[in-house]
Amino acid sequence: MTKTQKRDGLLAGQVDMTHGGGGKATSDLIETLFYKHLSNPVLDQGHDAAVFDAPPGRLVMSTDAHVISPLFFPGGDIGSLSVHGTLNDIAMAGAKPLSLTASFILEEGFPLADLERIVISMAEAAQAAGVPVVSGDTKVVEKGKGDGVFITTTGIGVVSEAVEISPRAAVPGQAVLVSGPIGNHGVAILSKRENLEFETEIVSDSAALHTMVTDMVKAVPGIAVLRDPTRGGLATALNEIAHASAVGIELFEEDLPVDPDVEAACEILGLDPLYVANEGKLICICNAGDAETLLGIMHAHPSGRQAAVIGTVIGDPDHMVVMQTAFGGSRVVDWLSGEQLPRIC
Amino acid sequence: MKYIREFRDGKLARKLGKAIAQEADPGRRYNLMEFCGGHTHAIFRYGVQNLVPDNVEYVHGPGCPVCVLPVRRLDDAVELALRHDVILTTYGDMMRVPGTKQKSLIKAKAEGADIRMVYSTQDALKIARETPDREVIFFAIGFETTTPPTAVAILQAEAEGLANFSVFCNHVLTPPAIAHIVNAPAKPGEEAVRIDGFLGPSHVSSVIGWAPYEPAAHIFKKPVVIAGFEPLDVMQSTLMLIRQINDGRHEVENQYTRVVTRTGNQKAQALVGKVLELRETFEWRGLGSVPKSALKIRDAFAEFDAEKRFSLTPKQSREVKSCECPAILRGVKKPTDCKLFGTVCTPDNPMGACMVSSEGACAAYWSFGRKRSAGSAAAQGAAA
Repeated sequence: MTKTQKRDGLLAGQVDMTHGGGGKATSDLIETLFYKHLSNPVLDQGHDAAVFDAPPGRLVMSTDAHVISPLFFPGGDIGSLSVHGTLNDIAMAGAKPLSLTASFILEEGFPLADLERIVISMAEAAQAAGVPVVSGDTKVVEKGKGDGVFITTTGIGVVSEAVEISPRAAVPGQAVLVSGPIGNHGVAILSKRENLEFETEIVSDSAALHTMVTDMVKAVPGIAVLRDPTRGGLATALNEIAHASAVGIELFEEDLPVDPDVEAACEILGLDPLYVANEGKLICICNAGDAETLLGIMHAHPSGRQAAVIGTVIGDPDHMVVMQTAFGGSRVVDWLSGEQLPRIC
Repeated sequence: MKYIREFRDGKLARKLGKAIAQEADPGRRYNLMEFCGGHTHAIFRYGVQNLVPDNVEYVHGPGCPVCVLPVRRLDDAVELALRHDVILTTYGDMMRVPGTKQKSLIKAKAEGADIRMVYSTQDALKIARETPDREVIFFAIGFETTTPPTAVAILQAEAEGLANFSVFCNHVLTPPAIAHIVNAPAKPGEEAVRIDGFLGPSHVSSVIGWAPYEPAAHIFKKPVVIAGFEPLDVMQSTLMLIRQINDGRHEVENQYTRVVTRTGNQKAQALVGKVLELRETFEWRGLGSVPKSALKIRDAFAEFDAEKRFSLTPKQSREVKSCECPAILRGVKKPTDCKLFGTVCTPDNPMGACMVSSEGACAAYWSFGRKRSAGSAAAQGAAA
């Protein structure tokens, strides 16, 4: 395929309608791009459907669509993000992810070299996570009907019978932990937005959290709630949990980890880090007696070095999230209303 | 974060709270109007009200730019966007403000209007340069802080010969609004506004200085303290106001000395004066028509004036019935006095502008303050 390759080894040319037509061009694209980079024994079977053995335990399944803009951002791109996003959704059930599928909606005219970069990044993320992409699909829409690439990934995983993690499982007295500083993903994306570019070293926290979760669940199978605070940030995720569990949550602003760069960017842009998206953080709610154990495990893992206890679950008939401010007052931490930042994942 | 944390220090806050409690006369009330939405936001976000005695009360003023824009001007903007096939650029807060029949810019956008959120007038100019075959209008709102960038944009457009750029000018002025609030007769069925002093605008004053508030302070015998937007600024200014009230003084004092001077930014004032001039009168939501309280584009720059460039139809603009925004903006009512607050009117479904902007009294009350009025165990613990 040398004639379709650029000097840097990436594919030359653009996506055109024939790539989604189901004919020879589609087949060539699948061969030279998807099979080439994502190769694994199940995918290589060449079936439309992946066939594999079911492991013992309960199965966990999740799907996630990715429409992020820009496609490439500091700390990742839509390829790695689409792997991390679904792996984390599976992990938040306390499960071990087993396989992924990926479907691509491509816009006519999109550079094939960019597509290849995205697929390579996806393959590297899947490889690092030890979870293969076993099936996929590609469609092409006319120019102007998409925005480069949209990727939907679906994952399947397995969870032990002993683990009962659920957003409804928080009870008063439990501790609320977060695995690290919040807001990095959203601010990294914003810093590259066309009308907002600013110079910063902030990179997205996009990462797969399932290995840390495996360690956590092994030590404390009775974890009540795990949740990755993506769109809407920590505040929205905690409100969802408070609502689902019919409890209140009290946070302590002084204990909230926020990187100084993120704090500064939010200050300038008028954002609140509590509402800014994360892609490599988790909230953990557990019995107060287990908090130190879990904190130790998180600190020992690269994804949880700055984990902290940030609050407690309280009884509250209004199911609100409140925060004791570092200033000495208290405030309600409400749901995000409207959209703070569109197309963040 | 350096130079920010210092102004949010909890220890200093408690010290100031103690000083306020010592000096405030328990035998009287202190109704202090914080003029700006920035103050309102700080008071709620940091829980400042918890740190001052009960007889010191903050009355939320009209200084929220999107809140005071009358519905008719918003309806005009919607018309410009929908009927004239222009690119309408606007600051983000404006997008969700409901106009007549709840029609907002975000709804007009869903109907096909080309409305784009910008962070500065420079973004609007950039869009105009990049799309020379389309008309680009900047929907200019705000007090004296946002006025100089609008003036600069018009001068830039003129210098560059950007024939497709114009401004829909809705800039309003702070000192006439303060004078109007203390001077306006009570409406039938409403109690007169009882304001003992003002936390004066901070960033507005960085442009116009603090001298322009002197006539109002002297004529109406109300103290004004120019107050910064950080929570310690608000608390220190509160103490300064209480001292003035206790002494029977009515001066303009400047707490925000790190930014504001008596005469302000004269270069910015000159730019504004070159491009914009006083309107005879302008309608404010809540305050009604206030003479000499807003700016329009001078005739010399008429080609950049969207009001002159595009025809606008006369409208029967109407606010939602029983929305108390107008009375809340005058400080006569509180958000919780409104029947719609928290029932049909929430930040997700705002009926009035005060529920839209994070600087609006209703949104601040909803987002940060509800718990205090609900009286939960957590909030009572904090207040104790």
